[in-house]
Amino acid sequence: MTRKNKITVYRIGVSALMFVLSLLVGQNRILFWIFSCLAYLVAGYDVVMTALRKLLKGRALDENFLMSIASIGAMFTGEVHEGIFVMLFYKVGVLFENVAVARSRRSITALLEKMPDSVTVLRDGKEVVVEPDEVQIGDEIIVKPGEKVAIDGEIIEGFAAMDTSAITGESAPREYGAGDEVISGFVNLNGSIKFRANKVFSDSTICKILEMVENATMKKAKTEHFITKFAKVYTPIVVALAALIAIVPLCIGGFSQASLWLHRAFVFLVVSCPCALVISVPLGFFGGIGKASRYGILIKGSNYIELLSRVQTFAFDKTGTLTSGKFSVRNVLTNGLEESELLRLAGSVEKCSAHKLALALAQYACSDIAIETFEEISGLGVSAVVDGKTILCGSRKLMELHGVAALPEKSTATCVYVALENVFAGRIELEDTLRENAEQTIAALRESGVKRIAVLTGDHAENAKDTLQRLGVDAVEAGLLPTDKVEKIEGYLPDGVVAFVGDGINDAPVLGRADVGIAMGAMGSDVAIEAADVVLLDDTLCGVSDVVKISKQTMRIVKQNIVFAIGVKFIVLILGSIGIAGMWEAVFADVGVSVIAILNSMRLILAKRDGDH
Amino acid sequence: MKKTGKIENLCCAHCAAEIQEKIAKLDGVNEVNISFITQKFVLDADDTQIDAVLKQAKKIIKKVEPDCVLTF
Repeated sequence: MTRKNKITVYRIGVSALMFVLSLLVGQNRILFWIFSCLAYLVAGYDVVMTALRKLLKGRALDENFLMSIASIGAMFTGEVHEGIFVMLFYKVGVLFENVAVARSRRSITALLEKMPDSVTVLRDGKEVVVEPDEVQIGDEIIVKPGEKVAIDGEIIEGFAAMDTSAITGESAPREYGAGDEVISGFVNLNGSIKFRANKVFSDSTICKILEMVENATMKKAKTEHFITKFAKVYTPIVVALAALIAIVPLCIGGFSQASLWLHRAFVFLVVSCPCALVISVPLGFFGGIGKASRYGILIKGSNYIELLSRVQTFAFDKTGTLTSGKFSVRNVLTNGLEESELLRLAGSVEKCSAHKLALALAQYACSDIAIETFEEISGLGVSAVVDGKTILCGSRKLMELHGVAALPEKSTATCVYVALENVFAGRIELEDTLRENAEQTIAALRESGVKRIAVLTGDHAENAKDTLQRLGVDAVEAGLLPTDKVEKIEGYLPDGVVAFVGDGINDAPVLGRADVGIAMGAMGSDVAIEAADVVLLDDTLCGVSDVVKISKQTMRIVKQNIVFAIGVKFIVLILGSIGIAGMWEAVFADVGVSVIAILNSMRLILAKRDGDH
Repeated sequence: MKKTGKIENLCCAHCAAEIQEKIAKLDGVNEVNISFITQKFVLDADDTQIDAVLKQAKKIIKKVEPDCVLTF
């Protein structure tokens, strides 16, 4: 707790004591007034002072003024204790509010605490301890067990398990060795490593992330604009109503009930304070952004949370995003040969080729047969001689060109055909393998109400089309240039919010055109961090469905806060006008509502990671 | 030119919004953002006018929130 808050606690304590004493003195009017005034001033002297100062500058309708006028007004209408109580309650509320805001602020900048404040650098063979921002690109840095990596770089020497959770949200440690990139924010768990800095501190990932998270609340969501506008109309109207309540009965009924109506007018004044309304919304978004950052997901603005919560179309890049780009054998059709024999033959021949399908095959099958001659037929396949027999290995077109006999029906999958002495010997169906968790992610997106899931790829249609359709996507748009992808995105826009997920390196224009651009596996990649609206630092697909889930949760909390804040204010206004709700309820409708809205928002941050993976 | 600072002792989010709105109306301001939660102040103004804008902005802050401190 800060010094300021501690002092407030003491003041509240002393004021409460005086308040109790004033209750105990009974009929002694002098002591009663001494204790009452002390109780009031100890609690609220600064509130009254600020109100006066602001009043002199021509600013009346502020929280301090409203509380002062209401409490002093209550005292003048004979409710001395109520006046003191308003001030006390208000102070307690503000204290709670300060503590809660500071807490949620801290929980976000908890990353900051993970910032190392010194770095051990090797200079002329000696270990020198310097500040992180004194490190230059190319410096050699030593990180011992238990220490944090301060700067992005590449390991030259050593081997260590690192806790990457500050950056990726992933709790299991990962192993790093020479040649691997390390990212600032990692914690070295066991080994000692030496690495070369390839960025300065201010460009390192941890600094970028912090900057982004801190600036995220600057990009305001529509809901925030709505509540600010609402508050601007709300306060003047309620103040005007308060004036009416004080004046109208006076005109109609004379002075007989003046103090009763004046008291009700003060209740209105307290409720007119817009603070609780205005704080309820951004805090919710702040909580959502904070929660996401714990999952290794960076959201660049509150507005993206709002958009993500109602995405209608999700478009994915294919290779590297939904699929790994590595092919595996799915199905084998043979003609005369054993399956293993066919694979062995094809693998041995394809080993000599540089084509990616060939590589996949060679890796899959055992490839130990000696090849006599070998010829690559560009774009079609290979021709080789094994044991004196001619073998063709490649596309269907290659088979047709050579007039291979006994070809089977066409297949929709990506295939490698094999012919022995110009007779069809077998067909191996290959498929681009799906990324880990692809199925769960798509299913989770569907469940969260996404209407259309499309894949936009520059690749040929045949590659992985089957696989993707099995995955349950609605459309596979193949053979697209980056500009075509932008056009496709534009085509989806009329149907609602469109999100695009890509690796962020060659997708920058598409990321920019979609309502929400999500870059995957962007740990340490500046390009992606710049281009995207949402950055998944970790390279797992789950982040996509996680961020949608978090956005929905956040919007739910934001809406709860709005309904609650406006609702309570209206109820207190109605009850206040007929004399059921008094000052107590009015102060609750102000600071009490703020505190509850803050606590509600903090649920987002405090909740444990659900469905850890 | 962009200037980023820390703004402390803001009393509530509503005041922050009010200050932001008033500064945004000053001549030469391209964009201004005040976050009550993170206590961040970001001002983007024309290079030639930035000093004048800052001076005006400080005046506005003092008027709306006498206790508020802006540091760079």
